[in-house]
Amino acid sequence: MSMPPSSVDSAFSATPLRDASRWHPAEYAFWVLPVLAYFVFGENLSLLSQIAIAALFCLSLDLILGYAGIVSLGHAAFFGVGAYAAGLLAKHGWGDPLLGLAAAAAIAAAAGFVTSFLVLRGSDLTRLMVTLGVAVMLYEGANKATAFTGGVDGLQGVEVKPILGMFSFDLYGKTAYWYSLAVLFVMFWLARRLVHSPFGLSLRGIRQNVGRMPAIGAPVNGRLVAVYTIGAAYAGVAGGLLTQTTQFVSLDVLSFSRSAELLLILVLGGTGRLYGALIGTMVFMTAHHFLSGINPQYWQFWLGAALVLVVLFARDGIMGLLQKLGTRWTKPA
Amino acid sequence: MTVVFDGIASGLLLFLISVGLSVTLGLMNFVNLAHGSFAMLGGYICVILLNRHGMPFLAALPIVTLASALAGVVLERTLYRRLYGASHLDQVLFSIGLVFMSISTAHYFFGAQQQPLQLPPMLSGQFNLPGVDIGVYRLFLIVVGLSIAVALQWMITSTRFGAQLRAAVDNPRAARGLGIDVDRVFVLTFALGSALAGLGGALGVEMLGLDPEFPVKYIVYFLIVVAVGGSGNIKGSLYASLIIGICDVAGKYYVPQIGAFVIYAVMVVTLIFRPQGLFGRSAAK
Amino acid sequence: MRHLKKSIVAAAFTLAASLPALAADPIKIGLVLPMTGPFAAYGKQIEHGVKLYLATKGDTFGGRKVELIVKDDAPGTAGDVSKRLAQELVIKDKVDILAGFGLTPSAFAVAPVATEAKKPMVVMNAATSAVTTKSNYLVRTSMTLPQITAPIATWASKNGIKKVFTLVADYGPGHDAEGQFKKTFTAAGGEIVGEVRAPVKNPDFAPFLQKIKDTKPDAVFIFLPPGAETIAFMKGFTERGLTAAGIRLIATGDLPDEDILEAIGDAALGLITSFHYSEAHKSPENKAYTEAYYKAYPKDRPNFMSMGGYDGMHLIAEVLKKTGGNADAEKFVEAAKGMKWTSPRGPISIDPVTRDIVQTIYIRKVERVAGKLQNVEFDQVNEFKDPGKQ
Repeated sequence: MSMPPSSVDSAFSATPLRDASRWHPAEYAFWVLPVLAYFVFGENLSLLSQIAIAALFCLSLDLILGYAGIVSLGHAAFFGVGAYAAGLLAKHGWGDPLLGLAAAAAIAAAAGFVTSFLVLRGSDLTRLMVTLGVAVMLYEGANKATAFTGGVDGLQGVEVKPILGMFSFDLYGKTAYWYSLAVLFVMFWLARRLVHSPFGLSLRGIRQNVGRMPAIGAPVNGRLVAVYTIGAAYAGVAGGLLTQTTQFVSLDVLSFSRSAELLLILVLGGTGRLYGALIGTMVFMTAHHFLSGINPQYWQFWLGAALVLVVLFARDGIMGLLQKLGTRWTKPA
Repeated sequence: MTVVFDGIASGLLLFLISVGLSVTLGLMNFVNLAHGSFAMLGGYICVILLNRHGMPFLAALPIVTLASALAGVVLERTLYRRLYGASHLDQVLFSIGLVFMSISTAHYFFGAQQQPLQLPPMLSGQFNLPGVDIGVYRLFLIVVGLSIAVALQWMITSTRFGAQLRAAVDNPRAARGLGIDVDRVFVLTFALGSALAGLGGALGVEMLGLDPEFPVKYIVYFLIVVAVGGSGNIKGSLYASLIIGICDVAGKYYVPQIGAFVIYAVMVVTLIFRPQGLFGRSAAK
Repeated sequence: MRHLKKSIVAAAFTLAASLPALAADPIKIGLVLPMTGPFAAYGKQIEHGVKLYLATKGDTFGGRKVELIVKDDAPGTAGDVSKRLAQELVIKDKVDILAGFGLTPSAFAVAPVATEAKKPMVVMNAATSAVTTKSNYLVRTSMTLPQITAPIATWASKNGIKKVFTLVADYGPGHDAEGQFKKTFTAAGGEIVGEVRAPVKNPDFAPFLQKIKDTKPDAVFIFLPPGAETIAFMKGFTERGLTAAGIRLIATGDLPDEDILEAIGDAALGLITSFHYSEAHKSPENKAYTEAYYKAYPKDRPNFMSMGGYDGMHLIAEVLKKTGGNADAEKFVEAAKGMKWTSPRGPISIDPVTRDIVQTIYIRKVERVAGKLQNVEFDQVNEFKDPGKQ
């Protein structure tokens, strides 16, 4: 896998805003990768689309954790809400994918807005536990409401119409892949603009020094509510995508392990860099896939060992490591 | 009445399995999500001693505690100490890595099935007082739990070691300057946390079962107790466990429809009104 | 393990020697199973059954050598993961048959793949009644939840149990079991005096047990996922003196599953259940099966999941023998319909209409046999079809 030699972010503090939001050549190179992957790994398209979906989900957490500093151990709540929203719509006849995604985003955003008031206060541990509590209660609720959600057996009868009425989902996962990838790219592009906007900068300000932000006229709570809502909407879209590409919703979309794994992936990739979310997902899911393929029973051991090694020798995640390498390459020149 | 008794017992079980985490997370400010792995280790050692070596349950408990402490020391010296200065998120990543490894290891040696544990007759059964049925093992848990809580609280607030520990956590540099051997304090405290985790795991097998998934299955409960109680606070963990235990049992008895939600609802509501936990220091970082 | 490998190798050699001309393509069977995570025990047992069949009955089906590909779909409840793995098995590994499926969501999510890819799908565990309706190429060799629930209700009503308290885990399968039990039991004139749905993750059953004690029913019907919860409940039941108070305990047979029976311990004694397989089933087939099992896996005990895997392989073997090695989905399903054989669990057949399993359901009681806890069969219902589809 070729990686961008240096990140957008490293240059940020030193150069004017305009430069920071400009696309780095390495970024163009990065986005060529998934297109290449289509031709190289044509038999693994369903894995690739699930990586794209997980990357979008991870991006949503990066928005709230990496940029606003809100840790969450219950982000699957919004993923699940989006997944069920898209699934229930499709089940009851509104199977248009784009409509489904819009609905997933809207409903997840509403859920995010309502719960955002719970995470405004408190330490990291408090926020972790409140978000976790909300997600677990949603999980239990969906589990009990079997008539509505299908409970643990999963929601069936999800029939998704062809995208734009032209491209229907196929067994090989070609449509699913291009669709997931396109959505990921558009959402990424939007997120990128967002974090480089004054709004995004004020979020970083909040993360770095909550006390000072009101002094320069930035409403802290308002900004946090806004970004939490946006993050939830992103997660909702990811959930909706998963539903549409698999045409099934399992209760697992709301599970604690999904939230925990997400946090793990993001920290592994590196927070607050957007690309950290994408690369973390790629690395983690690929490693997971290969290890579990080689050793279905004990692969977890190797995954765990890899995590321990990463923390011991590559703090700041993969992106941090890349950045270090990047500066080492570029600086002397 | 029986409901209250069961609630207290349930609460103290929660306390016993999570008090080790109160020590590492609360006192040492290390997010050790692998706490459950130490508990699982204690559980497996206990089961092996009982089933393969025919040791009596009560005799096995001290050995379990010591063995877990030893495992704690080894891991602290080799791995954990490198991460005291790291961010919480790095600690999470690291300890989750350990959890994964411990699950696979347990799976490899013991298989995926539940492990059997037979309590001695003197600890099983139930006796009846007017208006309340008392399970012997539950009573045992209550006694052990309360003794540990009292002993820990005393150790932290009233002994020289407790003072050194608080100093070492709050400001390691200054503590070092005062001649406190911070390294030693940390290794001992970590050993204490692991020992308590192991003991809690062994005591919990009877009611919680034991399989390789143990560390992730109950992680949420450990964290709830510490968060609601407020970190850095043994008393807080005890009260939090009791409140959660009683609410949980009473909720399930009177309104079983919402049984699954009680614990989480109690937690979220508490944290909304007291973000630092019941007894948290408001100046916590 | 070494034994197993040796016998596979030996079998391969003899076959290679006897059939040099028939060098047909291998038949690829893709197993989708939870091998890690909370349901790892399911995957392990099913895989045991599958491999045991190949080791003892030969690994050439209809002239084609069997090639197994195992995929871990942990946690087993995430349909998206199972579906992705099934797609990969079909597209990349080019398997001829999809098999395994520890849990219902996994079977539900994969069924459309089987339909679209036109591959036969053999379900070796997932027990929700509706699973077989999700694809026309799907055959089940395990059991259905209503199938193992109804007989215990009938038995209870005939044996002096009038008032029953039901306690089920609060999730889909629990609701199904509760529904089926109530339907059969009340139709037979019984009365439900209390019902509770306990949270799935429930470390402490004290409040529910107390409630049962206060209600004083003749018997309690329970349905819980096998694992820590079952053990906690059973131990609590005895500890609280409910057995002593004369309250009987009835359940579906997955509860005192051989895998966890020893972990429940003596608290399980006297539990009466209805189920399709017991290690203690008395038949020459089962004797041979359990002996072979212990030889290959001395650390584990044969249970219903390994049985589902074993019979699943038997079905595939017989079908391929009939079709001459042709695994085309239409032909496969046609050949499987109505197939009958004597399995180690007893006589079984595939319903030609629903493609679901028809089997004898036994009423059993937990007893200590030769130092081991066993489900000893004492009554039975022959050729019992899934009541969930009527």
